[in-house]
Amino acid sequence: MSSASNSQQNQIPAIRAEHLCRHYRMGETVIRAVDGVTLEVRAGEFVALLGSSGSGKSSVLNLIAGLDRPTFGKVIVHDRNLAQLSREELARYRLHTVGMVFQSFNLIPTMNVVENVELPMRFAEIERGRRDSLAREALARVGLQTRMNHRPSELSGGEQQRAALARALINRPQLLLADEPTGNLDSHTGTEIMNMVREFNQQLGMTVVMVTHERALAERYAERLIFLADGKLVSGDANPAFASSGRTEQQRG
Amino acid sequence: MKLPDLAELAVRNLRESVLRNSLTTIGISVGVASLVAMLSLGIGLQQLASRRLMKSGLFDTVVVTSRRDLRNFNRDQERSGPAPGESRVLDEPTRQEIEHMPNVLEADPDIRFITELRYEDKPHLTMVAALPSSAQSTDAFDALQGHFFSSDTASEVVIQKTFAEELLGKTPNSGVDETNVAVLAAPLLGKELTMRYAQRATAQPGASGAASDNASSDQDLASAAYSVVSREIKLKIVGVADLDPESMRGPTRARVFLPLKLAESLHVMQPTDLREISRAASDQPVYSSVNVRVKNPSQVQTVEDAIKKMGFNTFSILDASRSIQQFFKVLDVFLGIFGSLALAVAFIGIVNTLVMAILERRREIGIMKAIGASDGDVKRLFFAEAGAMGILGGIVGVALGWAIGQAINLGTNVYLKRQSFPPEHFWSVPWWLVAFAIVFSFVVSLAAGLYPAGRAARLDPVQALRYE
Repeated sequence: MSSASNSQQNQIPAIRAEHLCRHYRMGETVIRAVDGVTLEVRAGEFVALLGSSGSGKSSVLNLIAGLDRPTFGKVIVHDRNLAQLSREELARYRLHTVGMVFQSFNLIPTMNVVENVELPMRFAEIERGRRDSLAREALARVGLQTRMNHRPSELSGGEQQRAALARALINRPQLLLADEPTGNLDSHTGTEIMNMVREFNQQLGMTVVMVTHERALAERYAERLIFLADGKLVSGDANPAFASSGRTEQQRG
Repeated sequence: MKLPDLAELAVRNLRESVLRNSLTTIGISVGVASLVAMLSLGIGLQQLASRRLMKSGLFDTVVVTSRRDLRNFNRDQERSGPAPGESRVLDEPTRQEIEHMPNVLEADPDIRFITELRYEDKPHLTMVAALPSSAQSTDAFDALQGHFFSSDTASEVVIQKTFAEELLGKTPNSGVDETNVAVLAAPLLGKELTMRYAQRATAQPGASGAASDNASSDQDLASAAYSVVSREIKLKIVGVADLDPESMRGPTRARVFLPLKLAESLHVMQPTDLREISRAASDQPVYSSVNVRVKNPSQVQTVEDAIKKMGFNTFSILDASRSIQQFFKVLDVFLGIFGSLALAVAFIGIVNTLVMAILERRREIGIMKAIGASDGDVKRLFFAEAGAMGILGGIVGVALGWAIGQAINLGTNVYLKRQSFPPEHFWSVPWWLVAFAIVFSFVVSLAAGLYPAGRAARLDPVQALRYE
């Protein structure tokens, strides 16, 4: 870890976690989901958080997303300590700085695709006319322009995840946080989604943090792999496979 | 989130579980309907009562009596002001003064006396009262057979139904009187009555009988005398009135009515003439009481106060109606409370529906928060849903309440018709009640949304998203 941070000292850190802890109390016992994690992610970096179930990787992601607050420690995103933000400020942070995609897509089932994509803009109080054109633009970008008026239940898993990606991008966030984005998809569709995520990372310069338990997937797309076990950081080195395979993949695509 | 977006999302969420939300909305409507029904019944009854009182012609009337008149001796309300012996006399100049007060239409002396009337050479003793021409517009003469006095000085009389029965030699039935007024009136209209009365005549020679305009009043002992002369006058029966002699109206206690100006010109001996010995010489008539008609019932109080300041006793039906108004206020409150009970049940229904909606939409709330909705956004969304149900329920409820009112109105009028009473409109839904009911329903619904909205806003997004 120290070698990684030394080699990237001149880079601006987008995310910095210091001694991050998230403990839950379950009756008498205290569950240490995240237990003293310190890490840094550069702006524009594509990082994968790896670990088995219960390793705390999703909890770390939720802390970075501002969905949860640390028990101890700090999460600093673009010079803002999330632990010190009010609930209202945290909501604005999630609205403007973070885009999230989930394993189960998490589209609102009662709304059609355009409405789902538009929803963050409603919270951001963007006027109706502009909202509509931006949503259509985003959906065109993920190749869903023909399915805009369908409800999520009428779409395939890959289409749903593409809609979720469009929604995550709609407020032009700096961070894309993905929690097992391909977990519910077959490998072909998963590849499609991952190629899109990489495109956003490289073309829009978004910082990507992806939680996964598939090491192969992580090695193929992430610049750096961070391993967690029992809420603790195991290693956080640069992805040795990325330099070769990642670039060739991109050239092929 | 902006208001139009909020409203749009709220309506679409309500549409998603149509059955449950419609049932809740129907619950609100029933609550609002019962409130509207109860309150409009109260308002309608109040309007009915005041309509009746207004038409009685007494609502705008102030009865003025002199403090010298000891009829009010035991009333404790007039303790202030001059003692009876020093107070003013209610005479003609005073009457004119009152008549020229602002907001006063007319001030008529209350002339009544008991005397003998002969019809077909048979004597009948009864009370005779004078009526101003304005009296014909009151409901007392609604069912008049024949017509009212042709002029204020005509030698004509209107008689009571009971007196008509007496003249015709019929025994008045106690209890329900079945006799038709028209039947009684037919043989009497146009016939003549001879009235014998005691005329008060000043002792000055030549002045007896005629009304003198001479205002100078010698306090000379010699002129302080008057004589009582027995006189007769022939009167034509022009009308027979069908009214209840036991009703609360003063003049209608009498059974024979004369035109006011005619009665004044007769100078009939009045009981006050005996009491007011010191003023007996005056040519100016002195009245025991004067009925003051006010332009508008709302001005009764000011006129009453002004006359009281002049040093007279006053009485108006407003004094009596004050307790009636109080009764209706209490009635309204009670009806309102009963009506609100149903709305209280609806309140619980809204709370229940929204709490269920939170459980059902836990995940959705989590998603909204994850993509940037603030606590306030979530709270406002649930508020908007509660408010939308409230407004919709309010509108439907007002319509329902109105329909119930109309139905009951119709039903009661059918019943009244069967009992041969005239139909009445005792159900009233004024516009302010419509507005009030809808606003009230909205406010109650928002209050019901307070707890669920707060709970939804506090939902932890991490847990909500984990929940599958």
